Order: sequence, then C-alpha cells, then structure tokens
Amino acid sequence: MSSSYLILTTIIIFLLIFLYISWIFVSNEMENKKETGERRDFLYTASYALGAVGLGAAVWPLVDQMNPDASVKALSTTEVDISNIDVGKSITVLWRGKPVFIRRRTQEEIIESQNTKLTELKDPQKDQDRVKKPEWLVMLGVCTHLGCVPLGGKGDYKGWFCPCHGSHYDKSGRIRKGPAPTNLPIPKYEFVDNNTIKIG
Amino acid sequence: MSEEKYFPKSKIGQWFDSRLPLLSLMHHLRDYPTPKNLNYWWTFGGILTFCLITQIVTGLVLAMHYVAHVDLAFESIEHIMRNVNYGWLLRYVHANGASMFFLAVYIHIFRALFYGSYKSPREMIWILGMMIYILMMATAFMGYVLPWGQMSFWGATVITNLFSAIPLVGEGIVTWLWGGFAVANPTLTRFFSLHYFLPFLIFGLVVLHIWALHIPGNNNPVGIDIKKPSKDTVPFSPYIVVKDLYALIIFLIIFAGIVFFVPNILGHTDNYIKANPIVTPSHIVPEWYLLPFYAILRAIPSKLGGVMAMFGSLFILMIIPWLDTSKIRSAVFRPLYKIFFWVLVIDVLALGYLGAKVPEGWYLFFGRLATIYYFAHFLIIMPVLGYKEKTIPLPISISDPVLGEKTNLTTTNQKKTV
Repeated sequence: MSSSYLILTTIIIFLLIFLYISWIFVSNEMENKKETGERRDFLYTASYALGAVGLGAAVWPLVDQMNPDASVKALSTTEVDISNIDVGKSITVLWRGKPVFIRRRTQEEIIESQNTKLTELKDPQKDQDRVKKPEWLVMLGVCTHLGCVPLGGKGDYKGWFCPCHGSHYDKSGRIRKGPAPTNLPIPKYEFVDNNTIKIG
Repeated sequence: MSEEKYFPKSKIGQWFDSRLPLLSLMHHLRDYPTPKNLNYWWTFGGILTFCLITQIVTGLVLAMHYVAHVDLAFESIEHIMRNVNYGWLLRYVHANGASMFFLAVYIHIFRALFYGSYKSPREMIWILGMMIYILMMATAFMGYVLPWGQMSFWGATVITNLFSAIPLVGEGIVTWLWGGFAVANPTLTRFFSLHYFLPFLIFGLVVLHIWALHIPGNNNPVGIDIKKPSKDTVPFSPYIVVKDLYALIIFLIIFAGIVFFVPNILGHTDNYIKANPIVTPSHIVPEWYLLPFYAILRAIPSKLGGVMAMFGSLFILMIIPWLDTSKIRSAVFRPLYKIFFWVLVIDVLALGYLGAKVPEGWYLFFGRLATIYYFAHFLIIMPVLGYKEKTIPLPISISDPVLGEKTNLTTTNQKKTV
C-alpha cells in the first residue's frame, strides 16, 4: 500500500523537524553546563532513532510488495448462475482462488440443521445465522484447520469431511469433530435475483 | 589449534599472501589437525558439502528451463523430462539429491547427538548446524512446490496455513505469504525466487559452520580433548580427504542407484497430476524427511497447539547444549544415555512412520505417545541423566584406548576429565 509509505515518509519529515527544534533547545541549555557528554548522548540516540525509522521506511516497500496486488484484488467478486442446481445437489465455484460450496438443501437437511442443539457444537452458531435463504447454503470450501477442501456427504455427520487431518463438519458446515477450530466460513454474498448469487 | 605460522616459499607467494592470505588458508585446510580416531560417522560433513554443491549446480541449470507460472510450470517440468538434453537426469538428481541431502544430514545430526559434539566448546557449531537444517527444510519445501502438481499445491496450502494458527495476525501473515487469498501464481513466483536464494544463505552458514569447527577442532568418538597434537592427530590431507572420498563414493553408489533405477520411489504419484485448487488429494503426505514433524503437528488435538508443538520440536534442538547437563561428551562412556539415544532414534523413526498414516485410532494414540517421548527426551531425560548417571571412566588420551599407553599423562589431568 503506497499510503503506508507516504505515512512513513511523513513521519520522517516530522521527526527531522522535531529533532531540529529539540536540538536548538538542548544546545542552548548545554552552552551553560559545558557538558559535552550529554550532548553526544542526545546525538547518538537521535541518530539511531532517525536511522531506525529511515530503515523501516526503506524496508516497508520490500515487505509490502508481497501483499495481494491490484490485479488480485480486482477479482474480488464472482457471479454464479444457480438455476441449474437441483434440490440435494451442490456445486463448487472458485472465488478469489478459493472453492465456494453452493448447496441446494433438502427439507430434511434444513430441519435437521435447524434442530441441532447449540450445546453439541464446538463453535456454536445457529443454522439460521449461516444462510440467507434456508434452501441455499453458501460457504467457503476451505477447511478451517489447514486449508484443504473437505469432501461432501462424508464423515460422521454426513456433511463434509476433510481428508487431510480428519475434521468432520455437519450438514450446515459446522465443525463437530477433529482439529479444525471453527465452522466453514460464510463469504459475503447476495442474491442478485432468484437465479444468481454474487459472491464477494 | 596451535599451528606453526605458515610462510609461502616463493617471493610472489609471500607478496600475495601478505595481501590476501588465501595461501595460508589453503595451508590451514590441508594441514588442519584431526583426531586420528575419527570413524566413518565423521565423513558425513564432506558428503553434505558435496550434496549442497550438487543441489546448487543442478538447480542452476534446471532454472534455465523451468518456468515459474501456474499455467506453464507443470508443463515446463515435463518439457525438462522429455525434451531438454539430459533434463531427466538433472531433474532426478536434483529431486533425489534433496532426499540424499536429508538422509546425510540426519545421520550427521544423530552422530553429533551420540558423541556429544554439541557440548562446550562446540555450541556455536551446533546452533549454526540447526539453522542450516531449518533453512534446508524451508528450501526443500519451496522446491517441492515448483512442479505445481497436486502434492505441490496442497502441501503449500497446508504448510502456509500453519501460520494462520497465530492469534490476531495469523490470517494477515498467510495472505501476505500467498500474495492473494489462496495459493496462486504470486505464491509460485515468490517460492521460486526464495528457493533460488536460500541455498546461497545455507552456503554462507556452512562456511560459518566450518569456521566455527576449526576453532576448537573436531570432536572424536572418545569425546576427550586432544592432549598432544603430535600423537593424537593426523593432518586433514591426505588422511581425512581420502577417507571422506571413500565414504562419498559409497554414498554416490546408493545415490546413483536411486536416480537410475527407482527415481520416483520417494515421490508421490499425485504430483504427476497438475494442481487443481478445487480437489484435495485423498491423502496428503509431505516428503519423508518432514514426516516426524508432521506427526507431531497432528498429534495435538488443537490447531494452535499442534503448530506450536511442531515448531517447538525444532527449536528445542537449538538449546540442547544447555539441556544436556553431563560433562562427558561421548555416549561410549555413558551407559544409560546410550540406551536413551537409541530409544530416541526409534522414536523419531516411529514418528516418521506415523506421520505417513491417517491420524485415527491406534496411529493417533502412538503418535501422541511418541510426541510426548520426543519432548521428554530433551526436557527431562537429558537434564536428569547428567546428574544421575554413573559414567564409565574416560581414557587419558585418544591414543590410550588404541595403543594402551597409560603412562603419558599425570594423574592431575586424569582427575579433570572424570
């Protein structure tokens, strides 16, 4: 982010001004005391401080270049046509390089998920809070443990099962068993119309 | 080591050496006094230097044909295998070379653990060695990502996701590592850049490792200091050079056997399938040399806990010189430590085996048991043994157990060593 760079540069300029002003004060005081030692100490500390900030400003672009670039960020929304998905079927689409599961749930699945007691859950969340329309479950297909793609219709809860390290998710994508700490995350999405979802 | 000051014979040599003492350095390396009782476990330093150079040279030429792009990387590997002259050989040497490198480094590390080579005054050699080892793992991991097969992609996903376990900043760090919101092209290109760079960092650390070795000199199987250089040592050249070369040839026969007859035995077939971000292979396994740590990661039933245990199991190695309270270096004179050493070897091998299995049922149970033992070895057994163990009396000199000379040193010296 170039804004951070601007901020750092501004800090340096202000620090320089601050140092210059404080230098005038300190040197005036020192005139009377004739103690060059303290004056030197001040100079050392000031130069190290300035050097550290300058180094930080120089290193920041080298670090920040690794963050997502403009072209990566530009791909932040995906529109999906969901008119072809039958009840009880799901599709996987890519959004920002990550798989998103879109599942048209059956009535039994919805009821089962809604009736799950919150006390049974590792990361308690109501099924109603995980969907916009109960029929459509839209969530990231990325295991919250270490990022593998869980397999649908498998595991102890017949929801999703991650083959990498054995996390079991239920039919609402909530973590039930295994090393994953949280439920499968819900991305930001909206229904553009009855047949289209916009993710992101 | 006290050595005679070296003066080049020729005038031009003296002129050069007084300005840049390369000739003195060569002389030091040639005449460097090494304990005469070094066994074949001591030849792995030379073998490892060979491995590093082999990896750098083959890697340099592979980079001339490889393309670091998600659409082309996988194809460029096949291009190397099928079209590039001797490409198949270069790639198989480089890929199996990594495995041979780790095989040698594990033997080298366990040799140091058996003979107490990490103890005073050799702590810096050990710490530098551990830094090299950790960098080697990072380099090997990034190299494995480059072919952009299924194992490459999902290995990269799982390993980078380890950092997401860090509270608060974890997700930000992972995004930063990826350069996006998933493992993708930016990840591949930076891994290629770092995979090219890190070996040179390793090379620099190897120079420091050898430098730090040449200050106190080699440890030896008996683990006692050199008393009389003239009696206890031989010059590095030709004695150790020839011995190292012989061991290297044996090592190369095994290496060549793998490269020419079973070049894919250590790889995974899934990596011959191009990376697919929607499908995770049913069973993800890292390369064999990372398996013990992978087993530790999976033994802990919590994300942050598992990641901490895994990194902890590596960093604990750094402080071994201070965890081992025994003054006696060599396990030859430590009957109890010798047993525990072999139990540790079995424990690490067991962790490696369990790391490749599905973490369920008995596999998980034994994985936890082996993890607990791993930490107990370093945190409990090592410190306690130093105080409790009854050790076998040390010989008075390196020559003593060989020649049976018992009268060449005074009793005061003997007291100091026991």
